[in-house]
Amino acid sequence: MKTLMQMFRSNIREYGMVIALVSIVLFFQVVSNGVLLQPLNVTNLIQQNSYILVLAIGMLLVIVAFQIDLSVGSIAAFVGAMSAILMVDNHFGVMPGILISLLIGGLAGAFQGYWIAYFRIPSFIVTLAGMLIFRGLTMTALEGQSKGPYPEVFQKMSNGFVPDLLGGSTIHVTTLAVGIILTLIYIYFELGHRKAKQEYHFEVIPMQFLIAKLTCVGIVINWFMYLLASYKGIPNVLILLFALIVFYTFITTKTVVGRHIYALGGNEKAAKLSGVKTKRIVFWVFVNMGVMAALSGLVFAARLNAATPKAGMGFELDAIAACFIGGASTAGGIGVVMGAIIGGLVMGVMNNGMSLIGVTIDMQQTIKGLVLLLAVAFDIYTKSKQS
Amino acid sequence: MEDIILEMRDITKIFPGVKALNNVNLQVKKGEIHALVGENGAGKSTLMKVLSGVYPHGTYTGDIYYQGKVCEFKDIKESEKLGIVIIHQELALIPYLSIEENIFLGNEQGRHGLIDWHVTTTRTQELLATVGLKELPSTLITNIGVGKQQLVEIAKALSKEVQLLILDEPTAALNEDDSDNLLNLLLEFKQQGISSIIISHKLNEISKISDSITVLRDGATVETLNVKEDNITEDRVIQGMVGRELTERFPKRESTIGEIIFEVKNWNVYHHLHADRKVVKEIDFHIKKGEVVGIAGLMGAGRTELAMSIFGKSYGQKISGQLYKNGKEIHLNDVSQAIKQGIAYVTEDRKHCGLILNDDIQRNITLANLNKISKNYVIDENQEIVVAEKSRRQMKIKCSSILQKTVNLSGGNQQKVVLSKWIFTEPDILILDEPTRGIDVGAKFEIYSIINELAKEGKGILVISSELPEILGICDRIYVMNEGTITGEIAGNEASQEKIMKCIMRNEELQEKNTKCILSK
Repeated sequence: MKTLMQMFRSNIREYGMVIALVSIVLFFQVVSNGVLLQPLNVTNLIQQNSYILVLAIGMLLVIVAFQIDLSVGSIAAFVGAMSAILMVDNHFGVMPGILISLLIGGLAGAFQGYWIAYFRIPSFIVTLAGMLIFRGLTMTALEGQSKGPYPEVFQKMSNGFVPDLLGGSTIHVTTLAVGIILTLIYIYFELGHRKAKQEYHFEVIPMQFLIAKLTCVGIVINWFMYLLASYKGIPNVLILLFALIVFYTFITTKTVVGRHIYALGGNEKAAKLSGVKTKRIVFWVFVNMGVMAALSGLVFAARLNAATPKAGMGFELDAIAACFIGGASTAGGIGVVMGAIIGGLVMGVMNNGMSLIGVTIDMQQTIKGLVLLLAVAFDIYTKSKQS
Repeated sequence: MEDIILEMRDITKIFPGVKALNNVNLQVKKGEIHALVGENGAGKSTLMKVLSGVYPHGTYTGDIYYQGKVCEFKDIKESEKLGIVIIHQELALIPYLSIEENIFLGNEQGRHGLIDWHVTTTRTQELLATVGLKELPSTLITNIGVGKQQLVEIAKALSKEVQLLILDEPTAALNEDDSDNLLNLLLEFKQQGISSIIISHKLNEISKISDSITVLRDGATVETLNVKEDNITEDRVIQGMVGRELTERFPKRESTIGEIIFEVKNWNVYHHLHADRKVVKEIDFHIKKGEVVGIAGLMGAGRTELAMSIFGKSYGQKISGQLYKNGKEIHLNDVSQAIKQGIAYVTEDRKHCGLILNDDIQRNITLANLNKISKNYVIDENQEIVVAEKSRRQMKIKCSSILQKTVNLSGGNQQKVVLSKWIFTEPDILILDEPTRGIDVGAKFEIYSIINELAKEGKGILVISSELPEILGICDRIYVMNEGTITGEIAGNEASQEKIMKCIMRNEELQEKNTKCILSK
């Protein structure tokens, strides 16, 4: 029991975020008379926020490495424009179109990463320049006009749903099945984890706690899948997000390269003297960010079914805010992928919830700003208390 | 009592885990130049920081009497108001402001927040004339040399109507002419009744200008010598600085020394910013298996630069020379190559260059050798815990768990974490840079035991240290370094503190003569 309290206390920042998200959801659920968690609205929430969440994942790595990227919105717009030129004007296939677009994003990131890592220009300056450069290039490429429509398959990426292979009539049976399968996979991993710990004779949490945890998570997964199933099933973009979250959580927590990013952000000199190739890592973090920005631009373009010169305006700030609300440290070296996702969802639910209860857009901005400020203040407060 | 301007009584200052000052007493007479000497870490700078209010009243115990009154300074402004001005080792000038702006920084001449430039410039001209600096008041600090910057600092002190001037190693960065100039200035001030406290390692300077010398050792006053009456020689001062027993402070060891494991030849390194300044000059040295080799020398002798430039070119530019390991030449172009070749460097600055303070013990220990606990670049976290737990037991790291953040550990335990990290890379050659700086006696003993243990395993160990007793207590062989060159090599059993100190000083005298010869030509 004592260890459980300790675990809770040392992870208060992360639990705090989940608690904040749940309270915000419950609050808007009540004040919107239950509209927030209606299946249609939940689906909307996912689709509306997907492109910000994609950016937030990439941005988390950037912020952990003690850098910043202001250019992601512009790069997203630029890649959107390029994809429209490829697929709409020049009738490229969807797969080659997407791949080339991602490559362009990666190159844009490499361009910025080069100046930051090897030329030692602060990332704030380089990406501020990038923000202007790529916005300008977007406007030039699109000649100030919107470009569309995209091939239907491409649109499906953002607006489509996983088809019901099991042929449910009133409810999406495949979605329910996926929920059960995910639960089983989760249980399998948790038990495997526990077994490995036992083999090393480490302390493990008592079985009854584990069962309680598994039950809770299982209920949440299946309840969420039930919500989706009552509308049109799993949005395609949710699969993309899920894959990205799993992949980047794995990279950041389990791999050598992930560890090196945290070490670099925590103390660059010490990391370098421990054999971390700091320049190379910073460079690749920005290449990755470029690819993620491109992906976000594609998702956004597919959702609008058009590339527009104004696409992605302010995305960078939403992505950065998501990371900080999600517990990333402004001093680098601290932050988790799930935190950034939760931070993004807090912002998304607030946007959606406030719109539902009729708060004006102007007021929404103000409230979001205050939330960001309070989240970081809370972070700094808990940290100063710890030490 | 009237001619005593300053008296510090029973000053004790404790940092977490270390007693930096232990009942220190200091008396300075009015109008004298009082030298404060002692080894690095003896507590000189700390004492002066207590005096000037950098460490405010309440963070230390003991009393300060200044001009007969008890003083309890809360910050540096209060001591300056009474005419106590400290000039730190690292100059506190702002490079892109002019001389006049720097002199009156925080003390701007004018009213209502508006600066009166006429007054500023006129007063600056007066001050510059007093210190003998021929520069325009509007010249930017960055455009004048270090010697002149030092004079600007003194002019700044004068502008505050200084009564007691404290200089921390004022001539460390100056050349011969500039030093002489500065020392003469201090003598002039003495004529005007301004008292000075000067901290310096250069004993020849001290015996030249000072009236009394207070020797500090391990945070305590050893003695105060009167230069004129007692007819003090440099040897006498050295004896005071180092004279202490070595028994029981170092674990016993039987050394079994093998073949040469690591050799450095013709090693040259230039300053990392100034491409024409050589900081390491033509250095040759070697380490044998199972041998603990020391490098003694003063701060700024180029020892850290030497070590870091060897360790994957982590310092400097235009590095040249050869490295041999077990007789074979090796090339170390970055840190990961150095680690792969079995070389480890434990930094002197564990907080800034050694640890990721925000990370836990476990992640710090495995950082330099993650490949050992990973498969296909995926880290086996359970294995990581095993490794960290093993280090914790072996090194006796005191912590709540290996998940404790290193920022919350004491200095000694932090040092053990850094050592664990490098031992986990399984090195053949360990370079330890000031391995016991800022940690208490008990932890020091444990670190020495670990060093002995490593040597016993047949590793070659190089210890860089400014603490002579430490070098003498643990090393089989000692190199003395000064001004970027090795000036002596002494076998451990023949070495004494006096011998090493003389080696350092002798070289300085030699160089002095050399530069004078060059100048006279």
